[in-house]
Amino acid sequence: MSELTPENTPENAPAELAPESEIQVVGQREGMFGVRGTGDTSGFGGLVQPVVFPGLASRPFDGWHEDVAAALDAALAGNGLAPSAVEGVVVHRGEITFHVRREDLPAVATLFRDDPDLRFELCAGVNGVNYPEDTGRELHAVYHLLSMTHNRRVRLEVSCPDGDPHIPSIVATYPTNDWHERETFDMFGIVFDGHPSLTRILMPDDWPGHPQRKDYPLGGIPVEYKGGSVPPPDQRRSYS
Amino acid sequence: MTQDMYAGTSETTEGKVFTVSGQDWDSIVSGIAEDADERVVVNMGPQHPSTHGVLRLILELEGETVTEARCGIGYLHTGIEKNMEFRSWVQGVTFCTRMDYLSPFFNETTYCLGVERLLDIEDDIPEKAQVMRVLLMELNRISSHLVCIATGGMEIGALTVMTIGFRERELVLDLFELITGLRMNHGFIRPGGVAQDLPPGALDEIRGFIALMKKRLPEYAALCNANPIFRGRLENVGHLELDGCLALGLTGPVLRSTGYPWDLRKSEPYSGYEDYDFEVQTWDTSDSYGRFRVRLNEMWESLKIVEQAANRLAGLEGAPVMVGDKKIAWPSQLAIGSDGMGNSLDHIRHIMGESMEALIHHFKIVTEGFRVPAGQAYVPIESPRGELGAHVVSDGGTKPFRVHFRDPSFTNLQATGVMSDGGQVADVIVAIASIDPVMGGVDR
Repeated sequence: MSELTPENTPENAPAELAPESEIQVVGQREGMFGVRGTGDTSGFGGLVQPVVFPGLASRPFDGWHEDVAAALDAALAGNGLAPSAVEGVVVHRGEITFHVRREDLPAVATLFRDDPDLRFELCAGVNGVNYPEDTGRELHAVYHLLSMTHNRRVRLEVSCPDGDPHIPSIVATYPTNDWHERETFDMFGIVFDGHPSLTRILMPDDWPGHPQRKDYPLGGIPVEYKGGSVPPPDQRRSYS
Repeated sequence: MTQDMYAGTSETTEGKVFTVSGQDWDSIVSGIAEDADERVVVNMGPQHPSTHGVLRLILELEGETVTEARCGIGYLHTGIEKNMEFRSWVQGVTFCTRMDYLSPFFNETTYCLGVERLLDIEDDIPEKAQVMRVLLMELNRISSHLVCIATGGMEIGALTVMTIGFRERELVLDLFELITGLRMNHGFIRPGGVAQDLPPGALDEIRGFIALMKKRLPEYAALCNANPIFRGRLENVGHLELDGCLALGLTGPVLRSTGYPWDLRKSEPYSGYEDYDFEVQTWDTSDSYGRFRVRLNEMWESLKIVEQAANRLAGLEGAPVMVGDKKIAWPSQLAIGSDGMGNSLDHIRHIMGESMEALIHHFKIVTEGFRVPAGQAYVPIESPRGELGAHVVSDGGTKPFRVHFRDPSFTNLQATGVMSDGGQVADVIVAIASIDPVMGGVDR
């Protein structure tokens, strides 16, 4: 990946990014109009833009974000967990995301629920996101936790490589994740180890593939109308 | 032996399977009586008038008692989230409004709030757009609760509750049609504001509706609240305490029926809910009857909010309903012509005859759309069924990278088992009706 300088930093790089923070590049975008090769007469075909996500934030954070981070540090230390269980923290648009090492997820989730200073009673489920170009971290599982006691929300993010799509289940801590983990397995193929009955939930039991992954086609047939033919949405020319 | 086409039996590795689709219970009863095993597994649905939608229930019965209830879902899965990844950010509204088809404005709002947070324009949304969103959402809450009470009543045999519920819901849908042009699937709330201004005369219609509802809402209370049959069917059915709700992630009226006043409109106000005077409704019985009363009371509170919003709108005539940033706001406006609603002729004249730049701008924003800075956002709102949130992920492109809806129907339906195990078959229906799942939202 080419180095980011002010000249080639894309317009959409978050402005509040601290200069020392590590920028997360998860892929790159080529051209502007979704056309590859000789068909592109726009002149933008050679344009290469990195896909940049908000970088890691550094301590101290603002407001209650710092309280949560400090309480989590204390809880990790008090329960014999290494501080490296949390790989990094991203604060963006007022939302805080803890990137958690996958083997430590069940322990960290239990701390988030049980520690009196954290007390995140409710989990709003898990959602998968597929970053095919983020090598070694292709599949992400994202959890949204809500503390009704303190009226706060945090996000936990765990990643796993495509070749080893295993993430420990947290159904034992948050039983509500039963169906959510089944859905994420169904849609992304992430295997939640320790889930009581990890089966497909939305797709038929014998369905091949995992539809929400980026390499899974949308499908569809061309629609013919008055002599013309409109290709299905994923094969249409579109902006990239 | 002649084969009864409506009541076949077959031997499988799992045991004897009876196929029941007509009035042939005698043959079933006699068939089961031959077997010593009392345990019967009944597949109820997915096409069943009492399962509240395309929901399949797998009930293990001992006599009339349910020993285990499980749900089979996915029959209404349409891949809306996947489809949204191939359309522009604005087009996404058209898809997500179809998820939970009884609360379309809530789906649109939570998605738009997420997009607006990523665009960092949350503070730029015009006041009138905010008030119109609140107005539409609260009208929508009334119509959704009416359907819940109506279908819930129908499923236990209270047909009058159904007919009057749908009668009032029709009035709300008429208002939606007047304001957005459509009864359902509006695609009206857009990133940056709402699609168009209130039509002339809308406020009078809304005031008329409020006055009528103040007369009609007491009818539900008079018909149901003290009705011994209604209470007998609902009380102590589908019991779930606060700790069970939190463990299973249940929110909305089910959570509030345990006495916990948790409502995102109060705890994390969005769209300016902090400016309205209303109260969070709770009940303390943790059962289906409590949920019914919570919904009934919430309709009153929604009516209060609608009234306040209508009063505020009266003072906002001519105010903008879309964010001022022309790089985000949809350029064209709709207008009523002789052949119905379509693009405003003034706008067409402007771009086709007056300004080349306006035409280019229109073309770019309609075909390409706008780019949303990379990142992720989750802005939950209080839908009629509980916490509805859209996890919106952008990679900086003109299309959503991933949008996932945390639909309360999906989460709440997990409580079917704990609410119905050990009860009667008939109570399973009541318990599910009290959760009020909408299968379009469950399966997405």
